[in-house]
Amino acid sequence: MPSTQVLRRRIRSVANTAKITRAMQMIAASKMRRAQEMVVAGRPYSEHMNSVLSHLAALERGSEDTSVPLLDAREVKTTGIVLITPDRGLAGGLVTNLTRAVERTIKESETPVTLVAIGKKGRNFSVRTGNELKAVFDGIGDNPTVEDTRPISNLVIAEFESAGVDRVLLAYSRFVNTAVQAPTIDTLIPVEPAELTGNAAIGYIYEPGPVEVLEKLLPRYIEMEVYHAVLEAMASEHSARMVAMKNATDAANDLIDGLTLQLNKARQEAITSEMLDIVGGVEALA
Amino acid sequence: MATFKLTIVTAEREVFSEDVDSLVAPGIDGQLGILPNHAPLMTQLQPGEMTVRSDGDENVLVVTGGFLEVLNNQVTILADTAEMDVAIDLERAEEALKRASERVENRQSEVDLSRALQAFRRAQIRVGLARRRGRHSSTATPPVQRT
Repeated sequence: MPSTQVLRRRIRSVANTAKITRAMQMIAASKMRRAQEMVVAGRPYSEHMNSVLSHLAALERGSEDTSVPLLDAREVKTTGIVLITPDRGLAGGLVTNLTRAVERTIKESETPVTLVAIGKKGRNFSVRTGNELKAVFDGIGDNPTVEDTRPISNLVIAEFESAGVDRVLLAYSRFVNTAVQAPTIDTLIPVEPAELTGNAAIGYIYEPGPVEVLEKLLPRYIEMEVYHAVLEAMASEHSARMVAMKNATDAANDLIDGLTLQLNKARQEAITSEMLDIVGGVEALA
Repeated sequence: MATFKLTIVTAEREVFSEDVDSLVAPGIDGQLGILPNHAPLMTQLQPGEMTVRSDGDENVLVVTGGFLEVLNNQVTILADTAEMDVAIDLERAEEALKRASERVENRQSEVDLSRALQAFRRAQIRVGLARRRGRHSSTATPPVQRT
């Protein structure tokens, strides 16, 4: 049995760790709340964008002589994946779950894959798996704006248009709730607009013209999708970290309880043996 | 008086959502005036100012491009960026313009460039607005500040 001194030292050290993980848990919780608010704040824009896009796409499908590159599905010879991961670790299985899903997709796609990594963990993954790494964007921070993510969408649009890649996937952890973050892989380009629901297309007046508007709208749409995915990934990151840190704090507290019990036993034992010594000494004198 | 619902949203947040009497927006083919019961319209916007009138109040917003949709007496603006014009200071606007153009020249990466260009455009519009405001300072209605 370890001495009481050793036990005391261990308890103190574990208690310090618990303090740190508790603090990290609190920080993650408040960042998560903020990230969730940002996701919600961006929702009206994406809803409108989606409905406008559906209208335009229905119109585009109707006419045969026009073809908008960003909507065009062509034979896939190369795949680009935008992988959105956190910069930092200590977020439980979040990164592993996502990279595992990406690995599966890469295997199934049976095409050369080019990666664009957002976040350090994504870069590490790309380097480790030896896939071509086109670009790394890290240090996006906790407060991303569309301007922060615009270079990412510009890059993938340029890659697609120059036929560097024939489709672009977007891989990120979707925030379902605090306990669940779903690894998600969506097709970003070619854009697949939602089918029009309800009644048919409304006779809009388009200025300058439907195709021109569509051509201008699509890059914005892609931009928004990327921005949205970054926000989702951020909310996931913070909630995963919050849960991981809560588990760590709980485990540390359990450990402290066990160690305290051991310490008390050791102390009592020491007292008992000391008393036995004294009693033995007194008996010897008598 | 008839009104229509105007919603201005950016990818980051909803900037404005109110019933208004009229709207003048910088369409890609020129200024557009929108009154209640306008026909369905979908247009691109160019960077510029947008004037919103409601109940005799006049608000000016600065947009750096986007899209405008009119449908069922509802106007939705999908703006790249949009800001309520809250008392623009000419001197500060000019300074911002100078700073922005310097940043465009001394950019270090694409992130910087896209940001600097945005700032530059915004500053340009601001300066224009402030100059005009300065000329008619006696008649210009003070902008209503909203949060």
